[in-house]
Amino acid sequence: MSDPTSSAREIKLPVLATTASGKAEEHPAERHFTRFTLLQRYMHAIMFVTFLGLAATGLTIRFSTNAWAQHFALAIGGFGTILFLHKFCAVILSLEFLYHVQNIAVRVLVRKEKGLLWGPDSMVPNLKDAKDIIGNFRWFFGRGPKPKLERYAYWEKFDYWSVFWGMIIIGLSGYVMWFGPFFGKFLPGWALNAVQIVHGEEALLAATFIFSIHFINAHLRPDNFPMDTTIFTGTQTEEEFKERHPEEYDRLMAEGRLEQKVTTKPPTWLLNFSKVTGFTAVLIGILLLVLSVSAYFRE
Amino acid sequence: MLVLASLSPALHAQTDCLSCHGDVTLQDGAGHNVGVDGNVFHSSVHSDLGCSACHSSITAYPHPDHPQAVKCVACHAEEAAKLVGSVHEHSADQPCTTCHGTAHAILPKDNPKSEVYPLNIPATCGKCHGDAAMAKQHHLANVYPQYMDSIHGYAVSQEGLLVAANCESCHGSHHVLSHTNPQSPTYRTAIPATCGKCHGGILTQYMAGIHGQAMASGNQKAPVCTDCHTAHTIARPTMAQSTPVCGSCHQAQLSTYRDTFHSQVSDLGSYVAVARCSDCHGEHEILPASDPRSPVNSANLVKTCGRCHQNANAGFVKYEPHANPHNRRLYPVLYYIRLFMVLLITGVMTFFLLHSLLWLIRSLIEKAHGGPAKGDK
Repeated sequence: MSDPTSSAREIKLPVLATTASGKAEEHPAERHFTRFTLLQRYMHAIMFVTFLGLAATGLTIRFSTNAWAQHFALAIGGFGTILFLHKFCAVILSLEFLYHVQNIAVRVLVRKEKGLLWGPDSMVPNLKDAKDIIGNFRWFFGRGPKPKLERYAYWEKFDYWSVFWGMIIIGLSGYVMWFGPFFGKFLPGWALNAVQIVHGEEALLAATFIFSIHFINAHLRPDNFPMDTTIFTGTQTEEEFKERHPEEYDRLMAEGRLEQKVTTKPPTWLLNFSKVTGFTAVLIGILLLVLSVSAYFRE
Repeated sequence: MLVLASLSPALHAQTDCLSCHGDVTLQDGAGHNVGVDGNVFHSSVHSDLGCSACHSSITAYPHPDHPQAVKCVACHAEEAAKLVGSVHEHSADQPCTTCHGTAHAILPKDNPKSEVYPLNIPATCGKCHGDAAMAKQHHLANVYPQYMDSIHGYAVSQEGLLVAANCESCHGSHHVLSHTNPQSPTYRTAIPATCGKCHGGILTQYMAGIHGQAMASGNQKAPVCTDCHTAHTIARPTMAQSTPVCGSCHQAQLSTYRDTFHSQVSDLGSYVAVARCSDCHGEHEILPASDPRSPVNSANLVKTCGRCHQNANAGFVKYEPHANPHNRRLYPVLYYIRLFMVLLITGVMTFFLLHSLLWLIRSLIEKAHGGPAKGDK
């Protein structure tokens, strides 16, 4: 939905242009293409930092009978700290979500941007996604060619919408618990019990999904192991572009818009920073995943 | 002569005996110490008695080499009668002197130096009951260290409170019976009355509550004081320990409590006040929710929950703190919500784990056949 190409707010890093210009001449053949705007990269950064904070504190509460949870809580100052951090991250993530919704609404309703809700650049699922799922499974079993994916693969759309749905469900249920006496005035009695179940289980799904499926699909795929840094640098190489989103590449080429996407190679510090940050997040996530899954099956 | 004539016959006899036995190092033929410290004896509770009052087989000097053993029962018939049937009756390990101290130095029990002075009783009983080997041999718990660390032991050893419970307060002295004996003050159903001798107010509350009522009606499973507080450690199950204590009987309620935020806060704790069993249900006078006086009666919930939750209102207290989403009959809505969530997690994770696994296998196959699949169109 929040597609960079159709966004009027294309943001370029001036730093990138100067530092990378020398190196670009050394490898004139390798071109780099913009995939995510600076805004999208910051949005992802705020989201994954607050999500890790929410997951670390939330899973500690969810699995509070486990020794690791109790030691972690004790180490950072007990339940008071855990709940404060959880609410702190929740408020920031909520604000980010509201900003995103506002951003989409303005672009659709005020600026009348086309292609945001429908079309090849849209996050909205379409018939091609269904064909891609079937095509990919045929390819997995050696029964057909690898499907040519558009700008957003179906699993990327699933990532987006599961987070979108998750934020509404987990967020609303969380605020009902936070302000229980207030919501108690309108909600039926069972709802206060229900939000507790929904919050915990949906959050468990979110954490498990992000820390395994999203990490594998978006960052640790066999063909770009050990770390896909596109969301951190905002760029992908021509080779990566052609391999991951061939349909988009061909479409932009045919429309003559491919050159608009060309950008400079990200500086080395940014690449290294991206790898370190990404890997740290992945390691924290995997640790939480292992602790939670083992605790879940011991319940 | 004048001085001697004024002495009582008993003292006269003592003086005669002590002319030999006053040597505290005196030994008999078998090597036993038979010396008596006259000064110690004269300050003992028996100082008015002549030696022959106890050593009655000795009537003349020279006396026989093997006089008969002294029998305290000759005078202390009442105490001896109480010993009959007690746990200490048959064992040769516990003659009177084990508890009352050296035969010639026995002091009245209100003397602070007496072995059976209230503040000294724990140490006296602890000579045997603080001995791990002895405890093991007689299949007893080694209770002395537990008692000494308890609030009762603290009151005795640190505060010097004569009114604090020592061993005798609960177990009695000469007629100590096993807790399995229905006559014992430590028998299950006798315990409330035994503790109630001091804790009278609590006894009244307990007897008015559902636990006391059940106990009084002969329900052997009803908890008595020691079930929650333990006998010798005297735990205070008001804090974090309370949930497992109550939960040892109320297992289903403990299980549903564990699912709640209250329990999670309690587990991660440190310095956060949170509802545990007694905060909502009360302590000694626990009443069923149907009782209008119960803090968990629906009419009282706003007040009870409101102790922690400011602005608690009629809608808020409809929250069910012991809901069980696994129980379809009682909580159908929660049951299906939970079922939906579990199916959602299982479905999503199964699909995508399979998806990733197949993807990995295909990628490895393609790598083995020379390069990734980008040319495969």
